[in-house]
Amino acid sequence: MKKWLIVGATSAIAEATVRVWATRGYSFYLAARDTRKLEIVRQDLQSRGAVRVETGTFAADQFDQLTEVFDQAKTALDGLDGILIAYGTLPDQLHCEQDLELAQKEIRTNALSVIHLCGYAANYFEHRKTGTIAVITSVAGDRGRKSNYVYGAAKGMVGIFLQGLRNRLSSCGVSVLTIKPGFVDTPMTHEFDKTGPLWAQPEIIGEGIAKAVDKRRNVVYLPWFWSFIMLIIKSVPEVIFKRLSL
Amino acid sequence: MSDKYVSWGRYPFKNQKGVDLLWRDDQLPVNTNFLPQGNARSYGDCCMNADGMVVSTHNLKHFISFDPETGVLRCEAGVLLKDILDVVEPQGWFVPVTPGTKFVSVGGAVANDVHGKNHHVAGTFGCHVRSFELLRSDGARMVCSPSENPEMFSATIGGLGLTGVIVWVEIQLKKIANSAIDLETIKYSNLNEFFSLSAESDANYEYTVAWIDCLARGEQLGRGHFMRGNHASGNRKKPSRRSLPLTVPIDPPVSLVNAFSLKLMNALYYNRQRTRSKQTIVHYDPFFYPLDGVKNWNRVYGPKGFLQYQFVVPAENSADAIRETLDRISAANCGSFLAVLKVFGDKPSPGMLSFPRPGATLALDFPFQGEKTHALFNQLDEIVVQANGAIYPAKDAHMKPAHFRQYYPNAERFKEFKDPNITSSFWQRVMEPSA
Repeated sequence: MKKWLIVGATSAIAEATVRVWATRGYSFYLAARDTRKLEIVRQDLQSRGAVRVETGTFAADQFDQLTEVFDQAKTALDGLDGILIAYGTLPDQLHCEQDLELAQKEIRTNALSVIHLCGYAANYFEHRKTGTIAVITSVAGDRGRKSNYVYGAAKGMVGIFLQGLRNRLSSCGVSVLTIKPGFVDTPMTHEFDKTGPLWAQPEIIGEGIAKAVDKRRNVVYLPWFWSFIMLIIKSVPEVIFKRLSL
Repeated sequence: MSDKYVSWGRYPFKNQKGVDLLWRDDQLPVNTNFLPQGNARSYGDCCMNADGMVVSTHNLKHFISFDPETGVLRCEAGVLLKDILDVVEPQGWFVPVTPGTKFVSVGGAVANDVHGKNHHVAGTFGCHVRSFELLRSDGARMVCSPSENPEMFSATIGGLGLTGVIVWVEIQLKKIANSAIDLETIKYSNLNEFFSLSAESDANYEYTVAWIDCLARGEQLGRGHFMRGNHASGNRKKPSRRSLPLTVPIDPPVSLVNAFSLKLMNALYYNRQRTRSKQTIVHYDPFFYPLDGVKNWNRVYGPKGFLQYQFVVPAENSADAIRETLDRISAANCGSFLAVLKVFGDKPSPGMLSFPRPGATLALDFPFQGEKTHALFNQLDEIVVQANGAIYPAKDAHMKPAHFRQYYPNAERFKEFKDPNITSSFWQRVMEPSA
């Protein structure tokens, strides 16, 4: 059965995804910041049918901890079939505009750290000539908007890095999946008024990720209708776009 | 206004603030009154705290332990019966008792002490609860079971969330051979026939229920379809579950359930089966959860929402009370499309304020039409009170305080166990009405 490393395993979308995989009898190495939450998720997956569940902690801005976690997972599960990167923060845009240090810190967590981990994982899977690298980015990475362009820039950077990685690894059978969720009802978005048809539950996103991994998709918008919304948003000429309030 | 945290019947539609518990060791909000809420699938106001706060457990979705050998499952309160079935059914286990939707949370199933088509053999959901953890507003956590804090155990089962937040629940699942149900549907022609079918089926069928045509009059009063079934045994061919995704995508401006559509639907439904008896093997999904296949079906009743009226009356008064109820409904020209009739068994529930008790129970639903609906309910109340029956709080938005105390003589004693900082619209309506 498949063995996956889940980084940011206590995030709502990661949990929804691994619940699907647990019923299939996968094994997991769960990495997150908080040991007490990790234990809750471990029990959950074990009860739902996961074969083996190991855990470890890391801090997203400590790059050496990321590579350490990868090595620990590799050893603990005796090899890996995939990595799902699901950690991230949702920075306060206005705050980032006033405090440029904060903006840098957010980009370090949401982009540089993810790129570092992806690069490390890529070398492992390239050598094995098999495996999946799945990374949760965001529709916000498709176009910069004044309401959240620090977050958007970080997610966009990861997206372009993954394009290159996919290109590099396509010849050796390694699948690279870029996941772009829209508005999801999770603790990360607790500040928002979540009414309206665009908001989705994490379960829908989790099922979508599991399906996209099965089909070895390259880029997936979740739920699907976001691909149309973003097509429109991306096609608005910059002359007009710069005047919009989005 | 956000419709998150609003009850399934969408009446009364009141404003309230919601906070979500995200992890089972989270703290409760302090210095405020609140009401714990699960998946908000009860119909009336027992899951509402108008102009106040609800503390939602719908994010507490973790399983804690499951033993496939013994079928003992412990999970957080926000786990839905659907989530449980998805995991345990392929391993040969089933929920011991289920209401007509699998979108209820385990915490809600305990707090409302829900029942199902197998009440005559299995009792209520509470009969299968081994233990749970209760989080009180003062931050104290207590494990309750029949042997540990037994009185709090009893008060919390059917306690409508008023004794504290149910954090996790441990239940005993039921062993099954496969996902199929052996079903026999009998088209019967009047109320007396219903009671004799029910009596003869109790011993050999685990699940019994009838849909009744509530517009049928005179000789045919109470006619309907009697469904009786058992979990299929052995390695039978497994029927597939219905997968057609249906949904009510928008709010119609008025209720689509009206006198005309009711007449049509009742007649069509009653006559859809030509023969008197039909035997089939069906997947458990359409058998237990016919309406779950239609997402947001509550929207068909329009923006004013709808009310349910479910009562139980003791066996000796059953036939008369139900006949009279159906007469009143038809005289008021208010049909109900979903009229469901079942005879409860005599297995006692551990719950102090539990609704099910021996006798026949009839569940009806009505689009809310203001005073007209309340006037009809007042008439039905007289019948239930006279017959020494009771109304189901999980479906109620109408019950009178004096009636509640008559139906639930333990209400006064229950106050001892109620958390002082927890309240609900229902509780205020029936126990603390302002003069």
